[in-house]
Amino acid sequence: MMAYIVRRALYAIPILIGVNLLTFVLFFVVNSPDDMARMHLGAKRVTDEAIQQWKAERGYDKPLAWNVQAKGIEKLTDTIFFDKSVRLFAFDFGQSDSGRNIGHDISQRMWPSLAIAVPIMLVGLTINISFSLMLAFFRGTYLDFWGVVLCVAMMSISALFYIIGGQVLLGKLLNLFPISGYDTGIHAWRFLILPVVIGIVSGIGAGSRWYRTLFLEEINKDFVRTARAKGLSEQAVLFGHVLRNALIPILTGVVVVIPTLFMGSLLLESFFGIPGLGSYTIDAISRQDFAIVRAMVFLGAVLYILGLLLTDISYTLVDPRVRLN
Amino acid sequence: MSEVAKPERSPEAPVLQVQGLKTHLGASHNPVRAVDGVDLTLRRGETFVLVGESGCGKSMIALSLMRLLPPGGRIVAGEVLLEGRSLLDLPEVAMRGERGGSIGMIFQEPMTSLNPVMTVGRQVAEAVRLHDPQHAGDSRPRVIELFRQVGIPDPERRVDEYPHQLSGGMKQRVMIAIALAGRPRVLIADEPTTALDVTIQAQVLELLKDLQRETGMAIMLITHDLGVVAETGDRVGVMYAGQLVETADVRPFFAQPRHPYSRKLFRALPGPEKRDQGLDIIPGMVPPLDQPFPLCRFLDRCEAAQAVCREAPPPWQGSPGDGYRCHLAVDQIHLEAPVLPPRRHAAKTDRPLMQARNLQMYFPIRRGVLRRTVGHVRAVDGLDLDLYPSRTLALVGESGCGKTTAGKALLQLLRPTGGSVRFDAQELTRLKGEPLRRLRRQFQIIFQDPASSMNPRMLVEDIVAEGMVAQGLGGSRADRRQRVARLLDQVGLPEAALRRYPHEFSGGQRQRIAIARALAVEPRLIVCDEPTSALDVSVQAQVLNLLKELQQELELSYLFITHNIAVVAYLADEVAVMYLGRIVEQGPVSVILNQALHPYTQALLSAVPVPDPAHHRSVLRLEGDMPSPANPPVGCHFHERCPRAEARCREAYPPMVEIDAGHRAACWLVSEGQDEQVSDISSKGESE
Amino acid sequence: MPFQPVILATDALVYLLILLAGISAFYTHRHEHLQMPWRQVGRSRTAMGALVVIGFYVVIGLLDTLHYRPANGTDAQGNPRYATEVMSVLDWAATPLREHREKTYSAPFSTHLYMRETVELPDGSKVRDYPRLKWGGAHLADPDDAAMDIVQRSLLGILVGAGLWLGVLLIFARGRWAVMRGWWQDPAHGPQRTAAWTLLVMLSLVGLSLTLAGAYHVFGTDKVGEDVFYQSLKSIRTGLVIGTLTTLVMLPAAILLGIMAGYFRGWVDDVIQYLYTTLSSVPGVLLIAAAVLMMQIYMSNHQDEFNSLTERADLRLLFLCLILGVTSWTSLCRLLRGETLKLRQLEYVQAAQAFGVGHFTTLMRHILPNVTHIVLIVVVLDFSGLVLAEAVLSYINIGVDPNTNSWGNMINSARLELARDPVVWWSLAAAFVFMFALVLAANLFADVVRDAFDPRLRERS
Repeated sequence: MMAYIVRRALYAIPILIGVNLLTFVLFFVVNSPDDMARMHLGAKRVTDEAIQQWKAERGYDKPLAWNVQAKGIEKLTDTIFFDKSVRLFAFDFGQSDSGRNIGHDISQRMWPSLAIAVPIMLVGLTINISFSLMLAFFRGTYLDFWGVVLCVAMMSISALFYIIGGQVLLGKLLNLFPISGYDTGIHAWRFLILPVVIGIVSGIGAGSRWYRTLFLEEINKDFVRTARAKGLSEQAVLFGHVLRNALIPILTGVVVVIPTLFMGSLLLESFFGIPGLGSYTIDAISRQDFAIVRAMVFLGAVLYILGLLLTDISYTLVDPRVRLN
Repeated sequence: MSEVAKPERSPEAPVLQVQGLKTHLGASHNPVRAVDGVDLTLRRGETFVLVGESGCGKSMIALSLMRLLPPGGRIVAGEVLLEGRSLLDLPEVAMRGERGGSIGMIFQEPMTSLNPVMTVGRQVAEAVRLHDPQHAGDSRPRVIELFRQVGIPDPERRVDEYPHQLSGGMKQRVMIAIALAGRPRVLIADEPTTALDVTIQAQVLELLKDLQRETGMAIMLITHDLGVVAETGDRVGVMYAGQLVETADVRPFFAQPRHPYSRKLFRALPGPEKRDQGLDIIPGMVPPLDQPFPLCRFLDRCEAAQAVCREAPPPWQGSPGDGYRCHLAVDQIHLEAPVLPPRRHAAKTDRPLMQARNLQMYFPIRRGVLRRTVGHVRAVDGLDLDLYPSRTLALVGESGCGKTTAGKALLQLLRPTGGSVRFDAQELTRLKGEPLRRLRRQFQIIFQDPASSMNPRMLVEDIVAEGMVAQGLGGSRADRRQRVARLLDQVGLPEAALRRYPHEFSGGQRQRIAIARALAVEPRLIVCDEPTSALDVSVQAQVLNLLKELQQELELSYLFITHNIAVVAYLADEVAVMYLGRIVEQGPVSVILNQALHPYTQALLSAVPVPDPAHHRSVLRLEGDMPSPANPPVGCHFHERCPRAEARCREAYPPMVEIDAGHRAACWLVSEGQDEQVSDISSKGESE
Repeated sequence: MPFQPVILATDALVYLLILLAGISAFYTHRHEHLQMPWRQVGRSRTAMGALVVIGFYVVIGLLDTLHYRPANGTDAQGNPRYATEVMSVLDWAATPLREHREKTYSAPFSTHLYMRETVELPDGSKVRDYPRLKWGGAHLADPDDAAMDIVQRSLLGILVGAGLWLGVLLIFARGRWAVMRGWWQDPAHGPQRTAAWTLLVMLSLVGLSLTLAGAYHVFGTDKVGEDVFYQSLKSIRTGLVIGTLTTLVMLPAAILLGIMAGYFRGWVDDVIQYLYTTLSSVPGVLLIAAAVLMMQIYMSNHQDEFNSLTERADLRLLFLCLILGVTSWTSLCRLLRGETLKLRQLEYVQAAQAFGVGHFTTLMRHILPNVTHIVLIVVVLDFSGLVLAEAVLSYINIGVDPNTNSWGNMINSARLELARDPVVWWSLAAAFVFMFALVLAANLFADVVRDAFDPRLRERS
């Protein structure tokens, strides 16, 4: 079992190298640093000196991957590839294009992101499981039918409308919560409630319908018939057998996203002005700060792979068929 | 051991009575009448066997009694009385007390019928807590006791294991333990052994008998196997198209079945005594059940039908527990003795068509961080086989013994790990690319599952012609089509089948198409991998007839892979018995069936239920399960289960010894007595 | 010629898509067993109703795909000169909507601007008031009559819709009343009845827009005075293009790699798995953002390579489809790989092997036809997600060109006005209504299609 997990962990290395190469190609080969500089400096008739200076300030003035002028090992290390891409492996994200320390920013901003994402995940999971379990219990009845229709309708609404609708209705018209902003420490909750509620509600449609399919799939299995043949009540069958088995795909589906919770929610954070990593990313995109986008791409990939690894581990913990083989 | 206080009842007291039961499935305006008016009675301590072919509604009866019908299923009429109480009128809450309490049920598929993420002990404990208030508090001792009762070794350890850690036979024992937890008066067993091997089937059936003797419960056993009926039943009910067509005590039933359908079933059974002729068949198919039947359901397929049969539905003749549903008196039912063409069995020639020597098929087991090969699953481990022209070699064994792998390795569908396979003096294992591709037309394969053996998106014409196209045979498109039509005719299908898709045909018809497909390239050898095990008896007879006929006509050799001994007895010239990747005994069919020497062959043969209640066989029960081919026991692979194992059996694998002309076995006990005789045996040709 | 046809890059792909759909429809029509799942779809009331709604969107989207340049006088040789501006048939049909530009915001059905302006009265004095609109309700002498006028026009519109409806039904019934009555009474025609009722609703909406949209701004106007209803109609094509072309462009790679990985296994499988695991481990939004940023740089540095704004916006739309395709092919590839692994174990594949049938033939004959249902299900299921994704991406400014009409752009520009008091809500409402109807219909339809083709295939969230 350990060997399997170690193997999976080792497999992450070539994947990360792949991601790294991909981002390098995307950011430095498709468009040269000169193009970037020209784009940033804006003016049509920008001078070569200005471009050179812009590049030098950000360390983009080196050769891409092979420094002919350097000596020895520096032929490799004194390049953009080494400075900007290889260093990511050490989680050395460097400076943003506007000169800030990205690593420091990330460590500051991940907490507000978590403060939103974790409650959305936990409360959302509880609500979705309860709701879909109810639909599964009443399967085939009108309650189930209209419940599914409600789910489909809810998942047909763009997340943007949930946010805008929530802000206008709960924030502006009813004046229950502040529309946007953030506060440090314990006072943050006032600003968190609205985005969290919206995050949960917008996820109910897709989540509940998906879990309902999982439950119904288990309900049709032979061992559920065995459980009924024992004389168990429908509730006991549902909680003792169906839920137990369906929780395996549900939990492992949740585990895979746990690490990426750090990345925050792009939309919620930017709408509500919460200084998390999501709004950090959005701001970087709109300011066209490539250094930050590059760092976030790499960080996201690392977290996703970590999620896959955690999924493998959680499978071995939850499912005796995997654990005992 | 049993704590059941046996209530003093007359042995005749009916425990369960079913009257006029009708169960419908699907839409109400056009329902499938799965059960259409069934009456039956179960008495204390007796075993009532419901026998019938697939789709006749026998499982639906069981599920109706439990009120566990699938969605869309409903009981529309009838009464079910358990010890006088009506089950159908009970509210659902009260019915739960009966389910698993007074009626226990076990299902066909032990593999999927247990919850994979719960220990088997807890699954049994659930039933104990519900139905055994005495042990509701601390159920563990009672669970262990139940495990012991159903013969699970080492129950203290087993209760904490998960289903996937148990073998199929053990899982079925756990299912039985669950059913026994409520000390049921009635046990419904729906094909409890169909998914199990014969040696395991014998264990489970014996267990059921023992438990019945101990507890006095009534058993309703559902099966399609007349052998199982003879073996275990006290009374039998024959189902056809949603109705019981005959009910009788088992002995008189086997001596003199009355309903034409029952009689035809017996005639369609393969067996050694029918070797030199064809098998009788039941023409046509079971009618679909989504229609009302104003007349006899068997009418279209019945050769004894008379004018009266076309006028009214058949009455029930005889008493409710002993009678049959037919217009005609027993002596009025004339079934023609079938005119069956004689079948010759070709003599052995000198030169084998295909010869395998020390054939090995290993699959690596990879472990660890670097996926290094730490061992091998030895699916086929040193196989010697000779296949002669126009003859049939049956490769017999239980599931997991490697017989299917062996068939595929012979045809190079899997490339063997070692050894040699010669076809007509040409070494196949070293052949690659185009030469092998061209040679492939000489040897073909027919698979077990008619559902997955044909591409659902292709026309029958293209399916049959596929081999011809690939091998560049059959000339122009028009010529090919003509040839396909001729082939279809040869296997008994109309030309209209050309332009149709596989799903429009029944299982038996599809198997014929598969045979036509293999024949299209004019092979000399066909590997038949369990071609009839997914088919009902009547359909199996048609396919076996066809195979035999074709062999005679086209001088085909067959390697017939099967676990069905009756089919072997009917079809094979020679038999090779496989155990854990190796052949343990091999010889002419009559010798193997009657004078087997290897203890495994003996046990395998004795475990096969024979459709004759008067047949008393010396039962040789095997304990335990087949070991894993990844880790075979040291010494003789069979010694752990062998009732006659000695010290040296645990030390070395016995050599293959020739006992008689063509009869060889690998067993220390056999070679011991034979050592000096082997040299004496002059190479007589066998008589056949 | 009074016009010169123009085929933009996405137009060409849309035509290709129609061609492919036509070919497969023809092929399906010829093969009984391929029709069976579609028949099951046809028996579903939900699916038929949803299909009618989707049909209306598709028609509008197609009208908006037929592009041309109108003639614009003649040059010295007498040859017609064509305008640089690219128009579509929809633009032509909605000319009044397109041309009725107000100064700035106006509420739905309003006759006055949403903002006070200094208005010069006939007597020369100036007051700050809400001025009359240039077009909205301009035909009314007294703006107070608007309510009555709207009711009259609505009734007329519904009547027109009902008339059209009867006409359509009669065409389907080949002009015979008895056939139509039969539909109404036969319980087996439930799905057709649902379709007919949906058709009535949709045609009434068409009738309403015919009678109302020319005289009023039914969804108001936006900041620069453009009719919001017109914007919503124009956004339909963008949504449909993203929802369909994205899957179209990713299909070849996903299918080829997926079945190759499953069929050949070994190192081929390892390489392909590595490829899609790597791609899918980059967060989708970030990959899209990075790619779109790079494209923006490229486009801003190569401005002169594009003939017109329309062409540039169209290429950007196509590029967005491509990059969305790159991020979404991995899940289909994984599904197909799994299915192929199962299929290759099946006995008919082994039978082909026993005949010496080659790998390529086996893949084409035995594997590919038996995974098409999965491809179809994924295409249908992905559609609504992509339409929703467009809105989000456009909102983050990494979606379609800001000049392209899209629901995302509508929301994006309207959201800034939410802080205004009273709220300018109509752009949002219009985008919401149009998107919701399309996505809901697509979701309902997709559900039925999935159940009909493969109820066991679970969607991957």
